[in-house]
Amino acid sequence: MLNSGIDVLFQGINLQRLLLGLWVTARIALISIILSFFFGILFGVLRTTGPKAVKVVLRLYLELFRIIPILVWLFVFYFVLPADFEINLSAEVVSILVFSLWGAAEMSDIVRGAVISLPVHQAESGKALGLSVWQLYRHVLIPQAMKRTLPPAINLATRLIKTTALLVMIGVIEVIKVGQQIIEQSSTEYPTAAFWVYAFIFVLYFIICYPLSAVSRRLERKWAA
Amino acid sequence: MSNEPVLLQVNNLTKRFGEKTILNGLSLAVPKGKVFVILGPSGCGKSTFLRCLNGLEPVQDGAIVLDGENLTAKKTDWRSVRQKVGMVFQSYDLFPNMTVIDNILLGPLKVQKRNKDEALQQARELLTRVGLADRETAYPRELSGGQKQRIAIVRALCMNPEIMLFDEVTASLDPEMVREVLEVILNLAKQGMTMLIVTHEMQFARMVADEVIFMDKGDICEAGPPEDFFTSPKTDRAKQFLNILQF
Repeated sequence: MLNSGIDVLFQGINLQRLLLGLWVTARIALISIILSFFFGILFGVLRTTGPKAVKVVLRLYLELFRIIPILVWLFVFYFVLPADFEINLSAEVVSILVFSLWGAAEMSDIVRGAVISLPVHQAESGKALGLSVWQLYRHVLIPQAMKRTLPPAINLATRLIKTTALLVMIGVIEVIKVGQQIIEQSSTEYPTAAFWVYAFIFVLYFIICYPLSAVSRRLERKWAA
Repeated sequence: MSNEPVLLQVNNLTKRFGEKTILNGLSLAVPKGKVFVILGPSGCGKSTFLRCLNGLEPVQDGAIVLDGENLTAKKTDWRSVRQKVGMVFQSYDLFPNMTVIDNILLGPLKVQKRNKDEALQQARELLTRVGLADRETAYPRELSGGQKQRIAIVRALCMNPEIMLFDEVTASLDPEMVREVLEVILNLAKQGMTMLIVTHEMQFARMVADEVIFMDKGDICEAGPPEDFFTSPKTDRAKQFLNILQF
């Protein structure tokens, strides 16, 4: 029974549809990760050196994204904004927006932690040379902090990729949604379709996430030397 | 005491951390080309004093005048002051993400915007002088503590400072490496560099100092030429301090 079920993947354009769904997942994740890292580094640095008010606001922002489930944020941006404020964003834009806001918040905490874990003498000897705050971060603190940032940042990236599964709930046709559609269409013909489709999706997620961990491990080893 | 013009003048310097007074109205005049060694028990404020001189610690009262410029005025541009005041710390504080030469050139190129060839040439001369010309492309982790500290001195010197501050630069070195660092400082003294040195190396202090400053409880307790201080200290506190050291 199970043996024959694998054919469901090659039925019609099913494989192509799944891979297109994966592309939607990967595209949303990739754009969100890039924006998260960029703004996360910026916010993280501001949280170590910015004015008090900026620090407070950024802290509040982080806590909001930690306390409130991502699904709720997706609903707020997808259903509440159009209904109450007449702001209509496509599901994909909402996804990228919410994921980037969430990722940047988490990344800012990772960067801040890495910067404040550096020995205080590093900043002092930089200042003693006459470096400006920007130069100090650019040449001394950020390069050193990045090494400490890498493992948690890769972890965050894989979390962002995995959490794209939630986007089914606001109607994004990503890989899981496509999988569900295929299962529904073929369940009479292939009773084991669910097994094979989800097994395939499992492999697809693994293919995206595993290289990230591998790269991270390699860089860690290289930098540890 | 000296006919040289005063390079650094400190008047009534007061530094407090909350309720605690660290520097209690300290005054000092350092003529150009002289070496002042600051001694004193730990917690007497000697490190804090050095840190105040290049703005790493804000002060509450008093004046610091360097080369005619009042640093305790409201709008002090500490970045330009720090180019004139070289400082070396106790911890080997090279930047681990850069090679030796990049460590040395960071200030000259990024802060002083100097010509690369000219700065590189000076850096190499200085490295040769401290006996580390062959370690240019090494990373700090490949160097011994003594080598790191000599590089840190070169890094400060390459900014062409007018005065050098040394904050217990040999305190965390293995004993056999102390000498190589102290020799570098002795050579600087011979070349006429103005220096303020906080140290616990009494032999060295006696050898290098033009003037010994003995600090206690945030103020200068006694000051004078090293021979006078070490052979016949005037204050009881200084006598006590020296007795403890003569184990």
